[in-house]
Amino acid sequence: MTVVLNQSFTGISIGAVLLLIALGLTLTFGQMGVINMAHGEFIMAGAYTTYVLQKSISSAGLSLLVALPLAFLVAGAMGALLEWLLIRRLYTRPLDTLLVTWGVSLMLQQLARDVFGAPNVQTAAPDLLTGNISAGGVTFANNRLFILGLALLCVLGLTLVLRFTPLGRRIRAVVQNRDLAEVSGIATGRVDRVTFFIGSGLAGVAGVALTLVGPIGPTMGTNYIVDAFLVVVVGGIGQLRGAVITAFALGVLQSVLEYSTTVSVAKVGVLVAIVAFLQWRPQGLYTLRTRSLA
Amino acid sequence: MLELTDLRAGYDRTPVLHGVTVSVPKDGVATVLGHNGAGKSTLLRTAMGLIRPKGGTILLDGEDITRLAPHQRVARGMAYVPQGQQSFPHLTTAENLQLVADGRADGKEATAEALDLFPVLRELSGRRAGLLSGGQRQQLAIARALVTRPRLLLLDEPTEGIQPSVVAEIEETVLELARRGGLSVLLVEQHVGFAMRAADRYYVLEAGRVTSSGEGGTGSEQTVRAALSV
Repeated sequence: MTVVLNQSFTGISIGAVLLLIALGLTLTFGQMGVINMAHGEFIMAGAYTTYVLQKSISSAGLSLLVALPLAFLVAGAMGALLEWLLIRRLYTRPLDTLLVTWGVSLMLQQLARDVFGAPNVQTAAPDLLTGNISAGGVTFANNRLFILGLALLCVLGLTLVLRFTPLGRRIRAVVQNRDLAEVSGIATGRVDRVTFFIGSGLAGVAGVALTLVGPIGPTMGTNYIVDAFLVVVVGGIGQLRGAVITAFALGVLQSVLEYSTTVSVAKVGVLVAIVAFLQWRPQGLYTLRTRSLA
Repeated sequence: MLELTDLRAGYDRTPVLHGVTVSVPKDGVATVLGHNGAGKSTLLRTAMGLIRPKGGTILLDGEDITRLAPHQRVARGMAYVPQGQQSFPHLTTAENLQLVADGRADGKEATAEALDLFPVLRELSGRRAGLLSGGQRQQLAIARALVTRPRLLLLDEPTEGIQPSVVAEIEETVLELARRGGLSVLLVEQHVGFAMRAADRYYVLEAGRVTSSGEGGTGSEQTVRAALSV
């Protein structure tokens, strides 16, 4: 029993990381339909923001707390800039968008190498997050609990923004009928940029979280970007709740398979499961046609 | 109020309008009549800025707005009710209106006024727009346009494809709005009777050209019917 519980918690914490890295993509890819290959580099930007902050703020706890909003702003600003410079000119050309943002992704990786060096770096976790909590024979790693809480907080925040704020109404309106939004007086270009800012900013927050469980390096974004796209596609394009369910389902599946086999085999198993699922439901778990986001 | 001069526009390489000149009088109603495919909707879409004209000018109260984005035209007092009872299907009725009222100082009052014109929308405020009937959605679309307190309203076949019981109600509302003062209307309409009752000026559009125009009113109805039957 404790084995099952322990594995479930591992799965949920993998799911939390998946959710956090995919959350920004539910906006930029899911809602706006932009395939942004540089999304992973915004994750990296968030992670390096944490690293730089820790050099000036020695308290690991404080620097982590400051890093969360700062990484959101840094990655968000990068995203908004990318949207303004390139992506807005390519909205009708998805293939070109993919190629261009892939190029941007490579440039950002090289920039990171030039600034921070090629080897991976590490940040110190605050003492509070290095220990474990045991309850009923199940061990909860504090850093994993923190990431889980952060992921749920971000989902809650995004849901509230989309559902109850003027900005959220505008974002949903632009997605549902762009021309009608424009002739209703909404500056759709600005809404696009703000949406991109939030989506990219969430990638930055994910980057901060990832510093707690792994090294920081120029290519760290590429390791996660495929998983993030998979979560969004399986969840159903533009579907927040689909992404939440999918992230945790894939996380648990991964950890169960890992327990009975090896990490690589588990990875293959998860991919096979996804391919099979998409054969059965190509539109993903939820679709905008029947249900709306948030 | 609105001067469309020698407008040329179309989609990609298919020209639809071949030099159309239409003028909407201040506080008056101009109607555009014509068969399917004559370019009526294209004319409104171009006037609103959804289509960039290849030639010609658009003046709003003397200001050249030919190159402005649609939302900038809304900010200058234009509103547009497109064809086909369009709405934001996954937003509720109330959110559809709130969306437009957001950020407007007079948003609350304007919404209340619009709802007074279409009281049925009050009862449907929590329902998603996609679940409304065609007539209800058209009422919502007109209400949404009115929340911006426009000086100029562009209506594209407001009664097309709507159950007959609601058609009369919508026609009455349009006529009442036009009579109220402070609002000019550019109306695209296939029903000659209603169009001419509403019109101060009429234009008959054929294959992207104005083939006949004149004073509105029921007196010109026979002339227009004759022009349309050719």
